[in-house]
Amino acid sequence: MPLLGAFVFPPIDELFRWKDIWFDGSPLAINKTVLLVLLSSAFILIFMFSGSRKMKLQPTGVQNLVEVTYEFIDKGITRDVVGHDAERYTPFLGTLFLFILFLNIWEVIPGIQFPPTARMGIPGYLALQTYVIYLYVGFRHHGLKYLTGHLFPPGVPKALYLLVTPIEFVQLVLVRPFSLAVRLLANMMAGHILLTALALLTAYSLQNAPIIAIGPFALNVAVTGFEILVGFLQAYIFTLLTAVYIGDSLHPDH
Amino acid sequence: MSTLLLAAQQAGELKAGLQSIGAGIVYGAAAIGPGIGIGLVVASAIQGMARQPEMQGTIRTTMFLGIAFTEALALFGFVLFFLAKS
Repeated sequence: MPLLGAFVFPPIDELFRWKDIWFDGSPLAINKTVLLVLLSSAFILIFMFSGSRKMKLQPTGVQNLVEVTYEFIDKGITRDVVGHDAERYTPFLGTLFLFILFLNIWEVIPGIQFPPTARMGIPGYLALQTYVIYLYVGFRHHGLKYLTGHLFPPGVPKALYLLVTPIEFVQLVLVRPFSLAVRLLANMMAGHILLTALALLTAYSLQNAPIIAIGPFALNVAVTGFEILVGFLQAYIFTLLTAVYIGDSLHPDH
Repeated sequence: MSTLLLAAQQAGELKAGLQSIGAGIVYGAAAIGPGIGIGLVVASAIQGMARQPEMQGTIRTTMFLGIAFTEALALFGFVLFFLAKS
């Protein structure tokens, strides 16, 4: 019997495309991805409500966790990065962080093991939201000076504007939202593909030569732990970059 | 006739194979620069943390920002990988 002779990796479409469950074929069709998004939204609502419905001065149980999460966003991201007078952005940033975190964690939940953020729809939409918000904040606070201040940064020799202005323009309009969306997508997609490949390798070597299966299996367990870290880190980086862009629109000088 | 068919088939296979090789080279080459860049960013951050442990929080946040901006180049390679394959 040839070792791993039957090993065929499924095409990427099979790993990421799911059949519609309800409303087949219509634009409102619901498949596994949509279901997971709705489920995570419900979980976030339950988590936040149960932690903040009966607030006590000495927090216990879920309230503790909710307060720690809020402080993490408010102190670590909003106040540090956006600015000291920017508490009004904490609800948006906190929602963004929790939403991406809950979606990313589905990647390692046994039986589901699919991160909805590995489909372009969700990171793309979130990046578009960030894009609209930071442009709106910039134009609202500084008017047209926002654009000119970005395109013609002060202190640069006049001749260099020929080089700097196009780069800054592309960066502001195209690169920022695009890299924001693709970063989240690529990380979750790569993790999903890696976990699938290792699980398939374990299954095939279990059929053909059980002793070899220890290697991929141990690697699979280790990578699963690593993917929890990656899911958390990507949610953090997405929120952090959103905060940086908003802060840049609020105070473009520094 | 059959020789001609075989040649056409082989040409198609050759094209698909070359496409796969090209896609692999695209992503591999795109990952070199960011790899070095992220190494430099993290090395400097660790040095900063060792010299000034009280600034750890700020340095860590800035380090993640630096990594995120450096990583963007590798991500363009990742997108080009899918474009070159199809």
